[in-house]
Amino acid sequence: MGIRRREFFKLAGAAAATLAPVMAVADEESHEADYDNMRGVLVDAAVCIGCRKCELACNRQNGLSDKPSAAYEDKTVFSVHRRPSSDAYTVINSFANPKGIENKSYLKVQCMHCNDPACVSACIVGALRKTPEGPVTYDAWRCIGCRYCMVACPFQIPAYEYNNPLNPRVKKCTFCAERIQEGKRPACVEICPAEALIYGTRRELLELAHLKIMQNPGLYRDYVYGESEVGGTGWLYLASTDFSHTELPPLPGDVIPHRTETIQHGIFKLFIPPLALYGLLGLVMHSLRRDDQQEAEP
Amino acid sequence: MTVHEIPLPVKARFFTSGVKILVGIMVVGMGAYLYRLIAGLGAVTNLNDQYPWGIWIAVDVASGVALAAGGFTTAALVDIFHREKYHAITRPALLTALLGYTFVVIGLLADLGRYYNVWHPMLPSMWQGNSVLFEVGLCVMIYLTVLYIEFLPIVVERFKGKVRLPGPASAFNRLAESLLTLADHTLGRVTSLFIIAGVVLSCLHQSSLGTLMVIAPTKMHPIWYTPISPLLFLLSAIAVGFPMVIFESILAARSFGLKPETRVLSSIARYTPILLGIYLAIRIGDLTIREAWPYVTALSSQSIMFLIEITVGVILPIIILSNGRWRRSVAGLFTAASMVIAGVVLNRINVFLVAYQPLYSQGRYFPSILEILVTVGLIATLVLVYRVLVMIFPVISVPITGAARGVENVVASRADYQR
Repeated sequence: MGIRRREFFKLAGAAAATLAPVMAVADEESHEADYDNMRGVLVDAAVCIGCRKCELACNRQNGLSDKPSAAYEDKTVFSVHRRPSSDAYTVINSFANPKGIENKSYLKVQCMHCNDPACVSACIVGALRKTPEGPVTYDAWRCIGCRYCMVACPFQIPAYEYNNPLNPRVKKCTFCAERIQEGKRPACVEICPAEALIYGTRRELLELAHLKIMQNPGLYRDYVYGESEVGGTGWLYLASTDFSHTELPPLPGDVIPHRTETIQHGIFKLFIPPLALYGLLGLVMHSLRRDDQQEAEP
Repeated sequence: MTVHEIPLPVKARFFTSGVKILVGIMVVGMGAYLYRLIAGLGAVTNLNDQYPWGIWIAVDVASGVALAAGGFTTAALVDIFHREKYHAITRPALLTALLGYTFVVIGLLADLGRYYNVWHPMLPSMWQGNSVLFEVGLCVMIYLTVLYIEFLPIVVERFKGKVRLPGPASAFNRLAESLLTLADHTLGRVTSLFIIAGVVLSCLHQSSLGTLMVIAPTKMHPIWYTPISPLLFLLSAIAVGFPMVIFESILAARSFGLKPETRVLSSIARYTPILLGIYLAIRIGDLTIREAWPYVTALSSQSIMFLIEITVGVILPIIILSNGRWRRSVAGLFTAASMVIAGVVLNRINVFLVAYQPLYSQGRYFPSILEILVTVGLIATLVLVYRVLVMIFPVISVPITGAARGVENVVASRADYQR
């Protein structure tokens, strides 16, 4: 399976000759990526028990923290609303929910691994990319540290190592891309004792999610978050209640970077607009100059 | 009246009390800048995961690029549309643009977490044609090169036939001289190609700066979130070009004790109400079509910022500059030009900072003292470098019949300069 490529690059020979911008033309000849067979995770918030073992496994896997297992049994962390950060790629928050266990429900947050990620479209050097398997990965070696990905992300996920003066990196869930390539499941999925995290292809997960809703309409709210949001995400959520005012923001179904890419590709369509402007200005410069001379020698 | 205005290096005392203050600000700013490079963004800025961009992007980069627009608007007016009577302001405008963009890059380096990778977008293997920022970055790099090439003839004019390198470096006199001669021969033929390229490149990246925030529809306040943001950025950059030239010409004249070229400046200021009027009309049309007026009348902090931006930056300057008497006075010109400049800076701050509303945040972003010191320090340094360069190179034109203080010096110097 080839990597999703909606862009291809061209050099404009004519532009180079006139020292006009040597820009890459990205064209909209998209062969739609195979989102159905990309990997994803279904988060079943209705059965999540808030044990925080996924946080433990994630921190260990990514070398973020070597706190002992006991530290994750501390439930007082739920008193504040936490967000993923440069030293925690995933966190669980707790919410009051009359339908939940002990009137509580829990929600795990991490990178959603969008089908059409805004961060990937924004990245100036291609340091962020959507792999064919599904994970959105980050290459610090390419990164210039502009943080435009953080501006672009509709889920406000990428975090930054502001306190690392020389080698700061963008930090976010990697979807354990390396483990996935080895045929293993992500660390958080593997450790989950409640089957609240289910790993599979996006198609399988969507089928499963709708099946679960059908089988247990009393427990689940009839909505799969991530099925349509921002053009679809790799991570999908089932829940017993509406989380849109707390953790899962209401987002439009439009692909977020579509608008900027349309503007951008319109301006640079085969380099015609810039070259046309160049030609037009050249014409004005030439014709007005001749007028001047004619006036000068009547 | 056949007063011929020839650009000459300004002869004046370098250190005035104002210059001494600027040097002080520059030194403090440099200290803050170095501290940023050593200690990192976290130690110096108030940036965080909620607010990844601050004043270094909104002011140093976005406003810096907009305020450097005088370079391409003046080049278009004089060299493409052949309005030769404005010739006197092309060189100051070019130098302002050149220094403006140079300092945009220096300011950007402070903001980049991995500033040592700033050259990566030049590598074809790193190109990312979907990224708006990529286009902005590449256009700015190429345009900066074009600006330096456009400045070369001024260097040639100053030093050709007069190369006297000191001490042992004098061995290179002949080499330097032949390089200048070569540049003189080639540049004359191709200058117009570069001037047009500069205008095209400017239109491209001035507008694309406005596309940047279009990628964050759910985080942007509706007053500023519009798909025509690139058009608004381009039009406001074009509109601020001449006011910037006016502002800077009056300041330079005042500082060097020369008489401002009021006639040329008020003549060029005639374009400003028209350009601002077009911008205002499109702005109003955009808000109307998007049905965003309720956000303006809501009296939120955003709506107040918008009202200041439009009143101070657009409406009042249109009124002042439409009045012939005010437009012909130095005070009127300077006031209106300052207001347009403030309005554009405020617009960039509004788009990049005020309009940006993260989903989850603890409090708003406000720049730290050190962030402000870096920004102010860069501006002070820019002004000082400008002063140094106009005293070395023939940039500022001086009318021979001027009666102002300092002109005698300049005229006296003409003889030995032109020898």
